[in-house]
Amino acid sequence: MPSQVITANRLTDGRVVWLTADSVWDEDVNRAAVADDKASVEAALAKSNPAVSELNVVEPYAVEVEVTGGRIVPKSLRERIRAEGPTIAGAYAGERPAAARNADIRPQIA
Amino acid sequence: MYRYDEFDQQFVQARVDQFRDQVQRRMAGELTEEQFRPLRLMNGVYLQLHAYMLRIAIPYGTLNSHQLRTLAAIGRKYDRGFGHFTTRQNLQFNWPALKDIPDILTELAAVEMHAIQTSGNCIRNVTADQFAGAAADEIADPRPYAEILRQWSSLHPEFSFLPRKFKVAISGAAHDRAAIRVHDIGLQIVRDEAGRIGFEVFIGGGLGRTPFTAWHLRDFLPEEDLLAYCEAILRVYNLYGRRDNKYKARIKILMHEAGLETVREQVEEEFERIRDGALKLPHGDIERIAAYFAPPVFETLPAESAAQAAAEAADPAFRAWVRANVHPHKQPGYASVTVSLKPVGGIPGDATSEQMEAVADLADRHAFGEIRVSHVQNLILAHVRRDALKAVYDGLVAADLATANVGLASDIIACPGLDYCSLANARSIPVAQRISERLGAPDRQAEIGPLQIKISGCINACGHHHVGHIGILGVDRKGEEFYQLTLGGSADETASIGDITGRGFSTAEVVDAIETVVDTYIARRQSADETFLEAYRRLGLQPFKEALYGAA
Repeated sequence: MPSQVITANRLTDGRVVWLTADSVWDEDVNRAAVADDKASVEAALAKSNPAVSELNVVEPYAVEVEVTGGRIVPKSLRERIRAEGPTIAGAYAGERPAAARNADIRPQIA
Repeated sequence: MYRYDEFDQQFVQARVDQFRDQVQRRMAGELTEEQFRPLRLMNGVYLQLHAYMLRIAIPYGTLNSHQLRTLAAIGRKYDRGFGHFTTRQNLQFNWPALKDIPDILTELAAVEMHAIQTSGNCIRNVTADQFAGAAADEIADPRPYAEILRQWSSLHPEFSFLPRKFKVAISGAAHDRAAIRVHDIGLQIVRDEAGRIGFEVFIGGGLGRTPFTAWHLRDFLPEEDLLAYCEAILRVYNLYGRRDNKYKARIKILMHEAGLETVREQVEEEFERIRDGALKLPHGDIERIAAYFAPPVFETLPAESAAQAAAEAADPAFRAWVRANVHPHKQPGYASVTVSLKPVGGIPGDATSEQMEAVADLADRHAFGEIRVSHVQNLILAHVRRDALKAVYDGLVAADLATANVGLASDIIACPGLDYCSLANARSIPVAQRISERLGAPDRQAEIGPLQIKISGCINACGHHHVGHIGILGVDRKGEEFYQLTLGGSADETASIGDITGRGFSTAEVVDAIETVVDTYIARRQSADETFLEAYRRLGLQPFKEALYGAA
């Protein structure tokens, strides 16, 4: 089974968060707990369900990832963009600098 | 401009108070997301990929400078110092926190703004020609009618749970700058033989996964019957529009399935039943609303401005900007100015708080304090003395807002795409940026001439790709972004849906493909005066297809 992590959006501000091994929601995908089997994914999802735990996130779900060189990289482009922020060059103040983002999701300037 | 009366202020404030309570209950865990979602959507609050998004209504795209400054201040205080102007003449903030939204709505209410009916299955913000009240070719100002429709449709109890969303656009000129033929109801102001004002009515236009240009429903609707007739249309739609399938719920599908004659018969029958009732618009009421939109006090000026001519002679960049961004005005000596929000390599429709403030200042100094938003995602100063054009230009240069490209290849419509939107399949903004870098050099754009490129990151078509002269649709193919091209679409009075060229292009290929289409047009046009759209309509798809994919 492909490795998976649990993600959601934080209720108060909508920011993307990832479930850690300590069962807290963290903004850094690299701190997410990686589950490698079905039972662990189901247990993590059960733990993160807003109906039974804290009501501080919206709609948690599992995301397939690859762990390479100690970095957690979501497989789908959508989830990589969620993890790293918009890919747009020349972004406005407050966004993370482009250098901090994954090089592989930045647009190739033709 | 229209000013809220006591009733408007009261219902907007009541809604802010109600939503503040709902947000508090959600944060306290008293409401689940399932319960809260429809409540937040009714107040323009979406949850996108990275954050909440707040969509603020700008009725018929008209703002005063005070309102624009408030939007700038909200962007700075609660967001990341910018906002995004949309194809529905609205403004979206991409990064507000849910906990702050009640305060944002309170600040908006203080300047007579809100986010009501910017989402959900209701009648959305009514849109209009951005040159309303100014255009030289205008029959009548569409905004008083748009305001009457706003008052009728706001919190209309019967139409709060329609089968799907419902969009109305209105044009006061025969040249359609409001894309009325791709709206659920399109209204074209006309005069009858006796000189009376009325509306030519279009119905069932729309884009999305099943695009249609509108059906022609009525030649002439007298102005006093505007509300009764629209109510009749909405009633027929509310009753017969499909509710079994979200993708078949818009009125265009009802038109397609039931047919024009059936729908017209039903609408006319309901209209005859209610036309002499409470919705009949007394002439005095129309005049009372129209008074809010009375033209400013213009000076008597010569048609040509010596100051403008001298500045053009001295500054070629100013001359190029005048050619592209300045439009004829009905009053001699005046012009309308489009402030391009499409810098080459920039994000279509985005403006920083500082830029919004710069435009508000210029509006106060030179344009009677009034600003418009166009569906092409630009801003407009509607009434500027030609003598003041150079001062406006200099102010725009200082704010990085003087790109001379209105209607040209880099004046691209793009939706937020997969960089922000939870519905998107592919990115739009980076593609727009790369195309504008490729085609945006002044000489290159001048060589190409009028060209509308429109990009959507998914089939919902917020970027209007179906009606782009060149349309680009982002799709997901096995996890990769691909871009499908359509050619020959148009959103004006000759509205047409573009033809799909064939297989899509990868992220690496798409800009080259656009340039191939442009070069094919230049090689095949009869003269530099034949526009891309004219040439496409003469030549058809085949030569472009061959250029893109090789001869079959």
